[in-house]
Amino acid sequence: MLEIKNLHASVEGKEILKGVNLKVGAGEVHSIMGPNGSGKSTLASVLAGRDGYEVTAGQVLYKGKDLLEMEPEERACEGVFMAFQYPVEIPGVGSVQFLTAALNAIRKHRGKEEYDALEALTLFREKLKILHMSDDLLGRSVNEGFSGGEKKKNEIFQMAVLEPSLAVLDETDSGLDIDALKVVADGVNALRGPKRAMLVITHYQRLLNYIVPDYVHVLVDGRIVKTGDKELALHLEEHGYTWAGERALADAAGSKA
Amino acid sequence: MTTIVKQGLRHYLESFKRFENGAGGPDWVRSVRRAAIERMAELGFPTASDEDWRFTNLTSLAGKKFDLEAGGTEPAVLQLGGLAFPGDEAVRLVFVNGRFAPGLSKLGKLDKGVIVASLARALSELREVVEAHLSRYLDYESDFFSALNTAFMEDGAFVYVPRGVVVELPIHLLFVATATAEPAMSHPRNLIVVEDVAQAAVIEDYVALGDQEYFSNVATELVAGESSVVDHYLIERESARAYSVGTLRVQQARSSNVASHTLLFGGALVRNNVHPVLAGEGAECLVNGLFMPARGQHMDNFMRVEHASPHCASRQFYTGILDGNGRGAFSGRIIVHKDAQKTDAKQTNRNLLLSNDAQMDSKPQLEIYADDVKCTHGATIGQLDEDAIFYLRARGIPREVATALLLYGFAAENLERMRLQSVRRYLEGIVLERLPHGSILRELS
Repeated sequence: MLEIKNLHASVEGKEILKGVNLKVGAGEVHSIMGPNGSGKSTLASVLAGRDGYEVTAGQVLYKGKDLLEMEPEERACEGVFMAFQYPVEIPGVGSVQFLTAALNAIRKHRGKEEYDALEALTLFREKLKILHMSDDLLGRSVNEGFSGGEKKKNEIFQMAVLEPSLAVLDETDSGLDIDALKVVADGVNALRGPKRAMLVITHYQRLLNYIVPDYVHVLVDGRIVKTGDKELALHLEEHGYTWAGERALADAAGSKA
Repeated sequence: MTTIVKQGLRHYLESFKRFENGAGGPDWVRSVRRAAIERMAELGFPTASDEDWRFTNLTSLAGKKFDLEAGGTEPAVLQLGGLAFPGDEAVRLVFVNGRFAPGLSKLGKLDKGVIVASLARALSELREVVEAHLSRYLDYESDFFSALNTAFMEDGAFVYVPRGVVVELPIHLLFVATATAEPAMSHPRNLIVVEDVAQAAVIEDYVALGDQEYFSNVATELVAGESSVVDHYLIERESARAYSVGTLRVQQARSSNVASHTLLFGGALVRNNVHPVLAGEGAECLVNGLFMPARGQHMDNFMRVEHASPHCASRQFYTGILDGNGRGAFSGRIIVHKDAQKTDAKQTNRNLLLSNDAQMDSKPQLEIYADDVKCTHGATIGQLDEDAIFYLRARGIPREVATALLLYGFAAENLERMRLQSVRRYLEGIVLERLPHGSILRELS
């Protein structure tokens, strides 16, 4: 599904990612954990195609295609979804209008018939019901005046509607109370399936109690220094990221010796 | 420049001499016209040193001669087809180059006592109600264009809604500019009187057939009685070479509720004056506007909201979307008189620049002589939010559609303030037509 090879990326001339390697297969849920400044959000931004991130070396393959060559809207149409850490408020643009435009752009790209307003609205209501979310947001402008938790839930709702093949969740759990966290986790779990892959980027282990990952990777200083299963996340919670960094150095030293 | 300006004045004085002899109307109107032309000559064209005209240079207008009797052909009814308001309308009055055109108008059946007629007719047949209001509010003593309009006032629309009557459907006043041999000028004068506890919606619609040069100097006096509710819409779609000056003077009695909605699309040089006076306690007004200057267009919005009584509320909400080398200006003056305690006045001016060549000037101005008031103002001038564009693209929406969605969203806040759904829909369509990539959005919805 997704293959990241030796990815180097800089922001304003400063190298943030220093050779990231990662392989995510269909049906798998991977978690990337790391301290602040380790490059987690840079990785997410590079995958989404945000301006201002320069890839200096390496490659990202998505379903065998070069992801970095695609425009952001093309990535979305090909089935990549990014749940943003800071969803943008867009006053004046109605949620229904926005999401219908997105849904139909993606359907059109895939050669499927576009939905009319009523079909789209029916789908939105269905998804909200499954996610146990209120349909209040449909009557509002995109994210306008939403609380932090409402914005994150809205990301999950959009993901449920657009049904991506690869979902990247960029610190979707940050700042959430436990109820909102459960809603987000339920939404993600409901989408898990053999044809879908997920990359859950988080700072805290807490989310992983609800979204149990198949693999946990530790990102420190622009490199993945350790990979394990969910036990690794628990260990990190106890010992901190310094431990993982030191262990990696020790391992490296050990392998040389 | 001084010489050009003086020649300009001489041309208007000469036009007035020819006009005065042939113009109809009662004696008091004749003497008001004479007083106004004298005042116009004393005032002279405003210059950049005049604080109220800081952002607009009138030299090119002052240097041109426009013909009051240019005539022009009356368009066929068919040509007006596309300009007709698609919703139901109570009445449609059509004016061609400032003159009432009964053959093109649609006079429906009106509620008891409601009158919608040409001002020329009202001046001769409805003297009492016209005399009670006409030229009682518009300030021709200090405003050059009001003086010019008053000097030439003869035709325009007269709307009268008697006490307690509710006119459900909008009254449509369509002013059409057609091709003339010489550049034409017209000074339409409208009087709208909505008496106590009455309700009405009036659309003033200015359009051009063709791209000719002309000068349109409109003035409207809107009188809102006690507890009346009035919605006023002004749609300006003059030709790309037109000089367009419009002045709306609103007089509000106790507990009246007036909404003024202005949409500026056309014209080379546009000046939009809106001047409500909240004269009775508890009156409320909304001053809502959207202006979209593009290449070669200059649009100057001059607001003057006067709180003259206690417990009144006013809301100004003007939005500019500027493209190409379009220029815009917004001056929002709020004047709170000494006795106007508990005034609640708010002003917002938001502007979006779509090009590096576009230019916008925004100036709030508060004059407060009372001590227990709440007045706020805010202005923003910015560009399209790239983060928002990226967010939309990351959901699969192509860049052009994302841009159109954001632009429309920016304008939508103004449209949403319009009470009449049929008018709002109609204006949504016009806005979409004017917005870059708006047509894509039209297909989507």
